[in-house]
Amino acid sequence: MKPRYSIFSLARNALNYHEDWQQVWRSPDPKPEYEVVIVGGGGHGLATAYYLAKEHGITNVAVLEKGWLGGGNTGRNTTIVRSNYLWDESAAIYEHSLKLWEGLSQELNFNVMFSQRGVMNLAHNQHELRELHRRVNAIRLNGIDSEVLDAEQVKAYCPILNTSPTARYPVLGASLQRRGGTARHDAVAWGYARAADARGVDIIQNCEVTGFRISNGRVQGVETTRGAIGAKKVACVTAGHSSVMAALAGFRLPIESHPLQALVSEPVKPILDCVVMSPAVHVYVSQSDKGELVLGAGIDHYNSYAQRGSPIIIENQLNALTELFPIFGRLRMLRQWGGIVDVCPDASPIIGKTPVEGLYFNCGWGTGGFKATPGSGWVFAYTIAQDRPHPLNAPFGLERFVSGYLVDEHGAAGVAH
Amino acid sequence: MLLISCPFCGPRDESEFSYGGEAHIARPSDPDALSDAEWADYLFMRTNPKGWHYERWYHAHGCRRWFNAMRHTVTHEIRATYKMGEPAPALEP
Repeated sequence: MKPRYSIFSLARNALNYHEDWQQVWRSPDPKPEYEVVIVGGGGHGLATAYYLAKEHGITNVAVLEKGWLGGGNTGRNTTIVRSNYLWDESAAIYEHSLKLWEGLSQELNFNVMFSQRGVMNLAHNQHELRELHRRVNAIRLNGIDSEVLDAEQVKAYCPILNTSPTARYPVLGASLQRRGGTARHDAVAWGYARAADARGVDIIQNCEVTGFRISNGRVQGVETTRGAIGAKKVACVTAGHSSVMAALAGFRLPIESHPLQALVSEPVKPILDCVVMSPAVHVYVSQSDKGELVLGAGIDHYNSYAQRGSPIIIENQLNALTELFPIFGRLRMLRQWGGIVDVCPDASPIIGKTPVEGLYFNCGWGTGGFKATPGSGWVFAYTIAQDRPHPLNAPFGLERFVSGYLVDEHGAAGVAH
Repeated sequence: MLLISCPFCGPRDESEFSYGGEAHIARPSDPDALSDAEWADYLFMRTNPKGWHYERWYHAHGCRRWFNAMRHTVTHEIRATYKMGEPAPALEP
């Protein structure tokens, strides 16, 4: 068992000039065979490993990561956490996730810096405002906190926001989820990795899966850049490469991969203490604890695996930012990057079984997977352990594209993730 | 920013175009005869390759005509653009 992080361990290590901190996780060589191999060492994959060990007692597990932990979309998102989704199916799984977030730092003994600073979604026209009321009512019926603010309340909640009625796109109101907020994305991956490792999970970095060993329609293991590894079950959580992995296993997914770009500004003193999202002028922004503004918007519309996009997308979101916050007009941007998001036709994820026996996929989270990290890992661990979906992820199976029972969060919620 | 060569107008800035997704997906000639799984395959399943991709573009702020392109999804290089109905260029010429 690892020593716990605490104020006392911090003080003790300070006396030793911080030279005696234990390693956070081991880096073992892969064993020839595991009960479960998880492909992808991002937040969702590591959470899956953790909950497999904790909730289901399955510890003979390896997490294979082609690069480094959290080096993909886990480290590329804009860290927003919320559960204000329109449809019951989405509300249930995202709210389950939000509840796990609320105790996560304690549970993992790792500060994921989850900050429930409130997430505000703006409405800029009458139609949006009506939709917003409808959505808030639906969300409240599901027992999730959500409220409507009028323009004056919006101004009081976020004074630097331009709520002038003469603005090009005036703010008419907003929905607010006070329990929403942000978390530190790297810490989520590291916290889950440390906790999973403590329970015996092997975390193997720089190990790319190059193929699946499948016989008689059942998965037997994976081929990797570090040799073949046998497995009774294989779970694939490779956001940004889901279709590529599915092609290796011999089937197709209803997914298109797109770049999603984000950027951060130079750090400034605390100025924005909530998350502001505007689907209409399309930007979402928060301020990190380092003081940088973190902002993002929509995807580049063409398919890509390049982790970069077109400058016009950046220009559009900066236009939106300065429209909403004229005060940010002189702020310089420091870094810009792109991540590859796997988008489903209904903007909802795929979590469940595949045409190959013993092979499970968790993918298609599109632009909004980060907030779901704990819940996604939790239901996916259940699905792998029990070989059937949990009621929370049963609506999100691959079979919904055959039955037509889509969970349409694209059109219905009109959300900018 | 992509420089896209419209087969009708010549090279233009990406901002003039809209994207139309994977090309050469033929609508089934007899939809009634399809099973739900076959219909789902036509409607939703995509190749989404990491590499060369045949895809549709629409010159929205130009001639307002659809055409196809062969573009690489990692380098973003556009190898060819061609009119609707013309055969797709071979992968390796």
